[in-house]
Amino acid sequence: SVTTRDLKKITLDVNSNSVAQKIYVEVNNTVPCVRLLNATHQIGCQSSISGDTGVIHVLESEADLEWPLTKGPNPPYMILLESHLFTRSIMMKIKKESSRIAGVTVVVPNTSPSEFSPHTTCPNENTGVYSDTYGPHLAHCNTTVWNPLGNGLSYEEFDFPVFSLKEDKQCYYDHNRVVNGSAPQYPLCAMQLFSHMFAVTDTATCMRRNDVINFSINPEMVCDPLGDFNVWGSIRPYNRSQLGHRDNESVVMAAARLDSRAFFWDVSTGAEGSISGFVTLLAAAHALRDVTQVAPPTHNILFAFFQGEAFDYIGSSRMVYDMQNGKFVIDLDNVHSLLEIGQVGLRNGSDLFLHSDPVSRMNDTVNDQVREHERYRCSLIHRHHRLVDNFQSSPLPPSSLQRFLRAQNIPGIVLADHRAAFNNKYYESYYDNADNLNLRYPPNMTAEEQLEFLTDTAMALTEVATVVARALYKQAGGDGTQVDNIKADSKTVTQMLFGFLVQANNSWFQALIPPELKDMLSDPPDFYVGVASSSPAKAKPLTRLVQFLLANLTGTATNLTQDQCQKPDDLPDESVQMYSYLWVQGTVPHNGTEKGPFCVRASVRLSQALSPAFDLGEYASRNYSTWTESRWKFIKARIFLVASRDLEMLTLGVGVAVLFSSLLVTYFISTKADVLFSSAREPASAAY
Amino acid sequence: MTAAVFFGCTFIAFGPAISLFLFTIARDPLRVIFLIAGAFFWLCSLLLSSLVWFITVQISNKDSSSQQKGLLIFGVVLSVLLQETFRFGYYKLLKKANEGLLMLSSEETMPISIQQLAYVSGLGFGFMSGAFSVVNILADSVGPGTIGIHGDSQHYFLSSAFMTMAIILLHMFWGVVFFDACEKQLWWSLAVVVSSHLLVSCLTFQNPQYVGSLVPTYIIMFLMGLWAFVCAGGSLRNLKFCLTCKDKDFLLAHHRPR
Repeated sequence: SVTTRDLKKITLDVNSNSVAQKIYVEVNNTVPCVRLLNATHQIGCQSSISGDTGVIHVLESEADLEWPLTKGPNPPYMILLESHLFTRSIMMKIKKESSRIAGVTVVVPNTSPSEFSPHTTCPNENTGVYSDTYGPHLAHCNTTVWNPLGNGLSYEEFDFPVFSLKEDKQCYYDHNRVVNGSAPQYPLCAMQLFSHMFAVTDTATCMRRNDVINFSINPEMVCDPLGDFNVWGSIRPYNRSQLGHRDNESVVMAAARLDSRAFFWDVSTGAEGSISGFVTLLAAAHALRDVTQVAPPTHNILFAFFQGEAFDYIGSSRMVYDMQNGKFVIDLDNVHSLLEIGQVGLRNGSDLFLHSDPVSRMNDTVNDQVREHERYRCSLIHRHHRLVDNFQSSPLPPSSLQRFLRAQNIPGIVLADHRAAFNNKYYESYYDNADNLNLRYPPNMTAEEQLEFLTDTAMALTEVATVVARALYKQAGGDGTQVDNIKADSKTVTQMLFGFLVQANNSWFQALIPPELKDMLSDPPDFYVGVASSSPAKAKPLTRLVQFLLANLTGTATNLTQDQCQKPDDLPDESVQMYSYLWVQGTVPHNGTEKGPFCVRASVRLSQALSPAFDLGEYASRNYSTWTESRWKFIKARIFLVASRDLEMLTLGVGVAVLFSSLLVTYFISTKADVLFSSAREPASAAY
Repeated sequence: MTAAVFFGCTFIAFGPAISLFLFTIARDPLRVIFLIAGAFFWLCSLLLSSLVWFITVQISNKDSSSQQKGLLIFGVVLSVLLQETFRFGYYKLLKKANEGLLMLSSEETMPISIQQLAYVSGLGFGFMSGAFSVVNILADSVGPGTIGIHGDSQHYFLSSAFMTMAIILLHMFWGVVFFDACEKQLWWSLAVVVSSHLLVSCLTFQNPQYVGSLVPTYIIMFLMGLWAFVCAGGSLRNLKFCLTCKDKDFLLAHHRPR
């Protein structure tokens, strides 16, 4: 007969299955830790292919670990950690006893702990410039430990899933509380985590397995190289069809990094780690726009924003490789000097430190160059801060300059707010956010008001940007009298900080981007470099945003129509080889100021940031970054109740008993059927 | 809940039906055919009733829960009535088919009697009804979780399996009684079958009070079983003969081949 259940089945509900809805509660907004591989290791987390199920246990303190690891009677356990308990010692203890642990979930915190950095103490130590052959006493952070608070959790391998979820402890409190040391009763609340990663061992293995897909029945890639696109722009444009060395060309380069990372996938911000640097450089580029039109300097100035620097300098190593092989508009001999903006957001007082490489300065010409650089800088001392030279023997911090020095001895300086160890207590972690930079807005402000408000952080970074711009101008041989006119615009800086750290979908950013990308700003921009894509149209939102920002800040608005903007070669004065033409939305017309969309002409380009190891096929390379990210099918988490094993076995036993007894009874009835049913009212019936 | 619960519930729900199929139906191809045809007829009745219900739901007010509940009750009653109608239709079809088979075959007696057809068709209805009742629940019972996080009773899987077993057996008994009543033109028997079917279906509205729905269902099942036993030609005397192993003597006395 039809029961209530049958009719509910027939219901064409949007949510598929009502029975499954009674059992499982799907957890939204899961943030997993994924597996990354390089030439020698795999790091990150892995779950089994059908998910890992464990009874939830909320950890109250480190001593409480005893329950899930040894004492608890219902293994495996799924440990729920508050963020302050997410430390190296607890995770290592869990890792050792991982047979009883199904996984770990970390509750998304509201406030930052006092310090937390999951990165290593010596970032990118194997792919920098210091090695056994070059400055061995400076290699591997022998003299200066840059990130002393680093606990290295991001670089550990866990064979259980680790997720970051919003707090949901109701189920635990209802069913799983340990009362007076006695075990809780079934049914217990459990969680299942799915984050099965396809790639194993190291990059060479997974790339080899990728290549096999042509012959397998079920072609599926297992991993993808990390990478994206670098953004670069210059004061005077370069013809992009002329690659390689340019005679009599000496370019002053300015560099900053774009990306950052965290322990969990895709949640990093890098406020101090990267945003402070590239926002400063963007503001400096903007400050240089007008003066370089009025009084152009002798040398060209090239601004480069590198992606993927957190993973063994993907972007900068690629640009150096392209320069060495004549695949870039200039080559290494054309580089006059390099000024890199490191972490500049947390200046104690008003000090800015200049770092340079002591080994390369033993060469006199380089030393003179660097000294000259500093002399210019000292002459530009802003009244409120001083620029301090680091000690003669102090190495370079982790920076893109190191990759340039690996290839050629180039004079270079890294600007930073720290003399030795980072001031950043949350280097490459989820907590390196607006609070880390002390970005504060007065209460009760709308988003638009906050966009325009001049924060203290913005003022501080504006000062740095002014110094950088003036230094670059002088370094490029610009007119000395014009230097004092160079001032960075604090309004631009504060708008950029708001957009990158608080809310990307604001009116200023919307005005800068083309209409087809206006949904790109709906999520907060990803600062993790992610997997490489082949075409610039598919670059990460952050990269494209920086591209459009640089175009807006250094380029010019033209009167071209949309069709002309897409095919500017038809016009006599425009050349798509020299400039890039971008059709952007412009300000939304209101109160009669009809700006509308327009065409921006800028010498801003994207260049691919994929590690040369993948082009060369050297997947076990020691020279280049070999980082890849594993692929996966789906990542989800769900919560449900589990019954005791005894009840399950009882059900099975009852089923088997019913089956056997019905078999026996039926056999009995069928063999004796003609006796049992002999008083049939129709006498002439066939045999049964 | 895991494989143990899955197999346990499958065996509970389909154990009697499978054993009946194995021992009484599987060897005779004609019975298999009529079993499958019976299952198909049940499926058609379900399709028709679900179509009607779906249309009424679409044109109704989806937000009013009392209206939806009323529609559900209407759907259940309609479905039961349609099933019994299709059972009657199958009976008519089988009568015609039997005459046709008799004309075609060279033997003098019918290859399959109407009682056997009643039993087989009832079991066919039961198989299909049981499958639709319980297969999706079994599919979810394989997963690691059990019902209860939203406060529902933990015994959902077990009670569904037992209910399904009862339904399958009930369909078989109803088939026997129904065909017998149609043969003998006993319309009040038909009415009792239909009303007991309605009663069992409506008892499920008591869920999740599983005791309230399972216990009366099993009582009705036993009563219908007894009635079907009597309709099929059984009696207390025959039962006593079988149980005390005097059946061989009985058969010899009546010269019936084994």
